Amino acid sequence: MTTYIIRRVAWLIPVVFVVSVITFLLMHAAPGTPFQPVSDRPLPPAVIERLEEQFGLNEPIYIQYVNWVGNILQGDLGPSYRIRGRGVSDIIADNMWASVQLGTMSFALAVILGIPLGVIAALRQNKWPDYLSTFISVIGIATPSFVLAVLLVLIFSVTLHWFPTSGWRGPEYWVLPVVALSGYGIAQVARYTRASMLEVTRRDYVRTAQSKGLKERSIVTVHMLRNAFIPVVTILGPLLAGLITGSFVVESVFAIPGIGRFFVDAIFQRDYGLIMAVTLLYAVLIAVMNLVVDVAYAWIDPRIRYS
Amino acid sequence: MTATDDDRRVDPGSPAVAELPDTEKLPEAVSLETEEGRRLAAQLADEKARHARKLLEVRDLSTQFFTKDGVVHAVDRVSFELDYGETLGLVGESGCGKSVTALSLTRLVPDPPGKITSGEVIFDGVDIMKLSSEEMRLLRGKRIGFIFQDPMTSLNPTLTIGFQIAESARLHLGLSNRAANDRAVELLSKVGIPRARDRMGDYPHQFSGGMRQRVMIAIALACDPMLLLADEPTTALDVTIQAQILELIRSLSDEFGTAVILITHDLGIAAGMCHRVNVMYAGQIVETGVVDDLFENPRMPYAWGLLDSLPRLDEERGSRLRTIEGMPPDLIHVGDDCRFAPRCPYSRDICLEDEPQLTEREGPDHLARCWGTEPGRAWIE
Repeated sequence: MTTYIIRRVAWLIPVVFVVSVITFLLMHAAPGTPFQPVSDRPLPPAVIERLEEQFGLNEPIYIQYVNWVGNILQGDLGPSYRIRGRGVSDIIADNMWASVQLGTMSFALAVILGIPLGVIAALRQNKWPDYLSTFISVIGIATPSFVLAVLLVLIFSVTLHWFPTSGWRGPEYWVLPVVALSGYGIAQVARYTRASMLEVTRRDYVRTAQSKGLKERSIVTVHMLRNAFIPVVTILGPLLAGLITGSFVVESVFAIPGIGRFFVDAIFQRDYGLIMAVTLLYAVLIAVMNLVVDVAYAWIDPRIRYS
Repeated sequence: MTATDDDRRVDPGSPAVAELPDTEKLPEAVSLETEEGRRLAAQLADEKARHARKLLEVRDLSTQFFTKDGVVHAVDRVSFELDYGETLGLVGESGCGKSVTALSLTRLVPDPPGKITSGEVIFDGVDIMKLSSEEMRLLRGKRIGFIFQDPMTSLNPTLTIGFQIAESARLHLGLSNRAANDRAVELLSKVGIPRARDRMGDYPHQFSGGMRQRVMIAIALACDPMLLLADEPTTALDVTIQAQILELIRSLSDEFGTAVILITHDLGIAAGMCHRVNVMYAGQIVETGVVDDLFENPRMPYAWGLLDSLPRLDEERGSRLRTIEGMPPDLIHVGDDCRFAPRCPYSRDICLEDEPQLTEREGPDHLARCWGTEPGRAWIE
């Protein structure tokens, strides 16, 4: 298992390399540069030329890539081309944490609520708890997070004054964004858990467990949940990665100082250094999540062994 | 009785003592001996009461499935009895209600869509249809053990076999984790798993099909049940393994005095294993009798057909296997007729007009459901 993990981690290197090359090429293929954005007031050509020279943007693209790689290897993510005086490392360090917090808490909420919802729905199939759970799932999947976010603000901040409308300064600030962001995750986890539990209910080993006279509760928790969890785990890795990287909209609604906003701005402003850094960060995050999922499989299902 | 039976049977001073495999285990066995002794005394007291009654009396048991196409009469007014320690065969084609009968006895019919709609099942003096679901649960696994057809799918793939065996011993016998584990090891070696203690932590996928069925048997016997329901225990296994598993079931049921209901479509197995056989057709028992009697002198055309369809060694090579023409009836549309009549070469008008009852042939032990062999009316033969 350890060898397997080491090998998978080693595989990160070619993955990151390919992602970086593709991003680098696409980024440069897009019209405009950091100093010539498509729809902005143009700078005088002489100024642009000087800036490009200063940042090395006048070099051929492969030289630029090699330079960038060289800097990365020395731990230097380079300067931000648009935010004067701030390095990419600083921006990421200052803003990543809020995104990670938001994403992780939303993920936890999705798991903590989604799994019981799915289990209850499956155990009471076609009875009211099932319909209620399905109703919640459909709402969760069909409602975009910004709609949910605005609704939550309207109800719980503007009308009821229970929570602040925006910011990221303490637990009371966390509630609404986390709920807004996790709506989709709760629904997704509940749906998968329900389907998986229903599948497991019909398995022969559940009948064996019943024939042993076990209590209903231990049949569900000991004999069914673990088996039902195997397909659910598949979606949990991408879900966590998605919640950490995809919180841009919720961050905007609640004015959370997360990395999502910087990423979107960086793309519009062709802030090359920041685009590259955040993309690679996301790539590594998703790859690591997939590895975690694969390891979790082996832990849950003894039939799976890696070598 | 518990798995210490082996030890109890060893008469001190007899040559058998020399055969005791492991002297280190002796103190353990002795400490259990007193408890065993007390149990035996209680058992003897029970014995008299038991002689008067049967282990299992099933009366007019009906189980129906309520589907959107209609009500399926899977088990239709089935009645039979089982003595303590007896092995009874339940024989018939696929879909004739054998498995549903067995599931009904433990009230494990999936509901919905299934429902036991009538009947009494008196198990060791208690009508289990009147038990609360909690009382029923305590009976399952403890007094009634179940072996299912496919050992590949009947064991939980994510739990160790040690856990799966010890689980019910812990629950029903109130054993500690340690004692339950010791019991599981004992059972495992009893069912013939080599190096039992080492294999406790293994998962089902690490065993072959036959070994898994042995594990299944160990689970079913974990609490030393009075009745073992074996639902086609060897159908999923290859023929050489079949014989071993059947032999194992027979020797363990003899040793523990466990009654067995053996469900099978293989008449050869029934002939070799059972004291008595119930032949089922379309949800009903159509013939019942002591195994030799029934096989030598079947009194119902369906039972003939079944026996005839067995391949025989003394037959000319290349001769075709005999089959029963037609298909079993659909159990939604059942009327007042003999259900086998449409396939029966001997059927007459009465077979389509009126339903025959299980009535005596030659003696009180041999019953058949057939107008054609009904005493006083018989036209067959």
